[in-house]
Amino acid sequence: MSRQAGRGTESKKMNSELFTLTYGALVTQLCKDYENDEDVNKQLDKMGYNIGVRLIEDFLARSSVGRCHDFRETADVIAKIAFKMYLGITPSITNWSPGGDEFSLILENNPLVDFVELPDNHSSLIYSNLLCGVLRGALEMVQMAVDVKFVQDTLKGDSVTEIRMKFLRRIEDNLPAGEE
Amino acid sequence: MAIFSVYVVNKAGGLIYQLDHYAPRADTEKTFSFPLDLVLRPHDERVVVAFGQRDGIRVGHAVLAINGAEVNGRFTADGKDVLEFLGNPANYPVSIRFGRHRLSSNEKLMLASMFHSLFAIGSQLSPEIGSSGIEMLETDTFKLHCFQTLTGIKFMVLADPRQAGIDSLLRKIYEIYSDYALKNPFYSLEMPIRCELFDQNLKLALEVAEKAGPFGPGS
Repeated sequence: MSRQAGRGTESKKMNSELFTLTYGALVTQLCKDYENDEDVNKQLDKMGYNIGVRLIEDFLARSSVGRCHDFRETADVIAKIAFKMYLGITPSITNWSPGGDEFSLILENNPLVDFVELPDNHSSLIYSNLLCGVLRGALEMVQMAVDVKFVQDTLKGDSVTEIRMKFLRRIEDNLPAGEE
Repeated sequence: MAIFSVYVVNKAGGLIYQLDHYAPRADTEKTFSFPLDLVLRPHDERVVVAFGQRDGIRVGHAVLAINGAEVNGRFTADGKDVLEFLGNPANYPVSIRFGRHRLSSNEKLMLASMFHSLFAIGSQLSPEIGSSGIEMLETDTFKLHCFQTLTGIKFMVLADPRQAGIDSLLRKIYEIYSDYALKNPFYSLEMPIRCELFDQNLKLALEVAEKAGPFGPGS
């Protein structure tokens, strides 16, 4: 996906450390404002949702992937194209449920948590919960209702970060024409 | 000049952005003395020429301005009824500007939602399942190209029938939308787009597409 000339010739690469710092500042400020890990998790999810509903159009505009016809295709696109495009990592897809409606994304490294350690008083904080909101918001805009949650987190001592995604249902209201 | 307009329609069928990119139609302004040799009649909210074509003034042209002041539908700028005003010899000689009536923004809104419904009918009429909606509408003076994203937003471009490269222009407009409208945190989804940067970049993209001419964009 090459960008057109209208984008300007300066390099679009930004320092990923600035990104990590920005996200960290965001989470710590939320912790100060809400003082309660559950509320912070909810806010991160909401913020992620708002990002997701906008990010999906950027993704579709730049990657020209077509509509996915089943959850497996969706999983592939998310792991191999979307994560690669936005975070530069390619998680692996495992643990498919027998019905084919749930899978796990295993992230070896998570750019959001470079240099981060969770203190003991924030043990129920889901630091990267923004990602769950982003995935939920983006898929909702393409008529898929999903449930996304972290089941393992390197910040809490697990060996890998695992995100579990479950397909709930197809969103039938406001379907674009031609999608039956 | 070869790309006439761009319309962006949201999921619910409401028009959220519209741009007219054509050169203003040739309006004709002439000075008349009593009696007027054109026959005028009211039509909808305008006064149009019913009979008496001459000098670039054609049947169907509407009265756009009288003595330099734009008319407001059937009334002059200062509230007098146009036909009464022109029936009074004391007001002559008068300078009247005629031209093709441009669509008002309400009319555009209505037409956009009508197209949204027709687009859906296109996919329902299809003998194959999973057909897309209307992708192109052709008339003798323009072609309307429509692209619907997976999220339900429609981008429509009205262009000269010979203009090529509209498909890639539609994709480019989608990119510009995802950049300058969506990445503007103050823009709410599905609402009318009022972003300067979006306007500017869209106009740039249209100019690039037009320069490429009937052969499509170059490398």
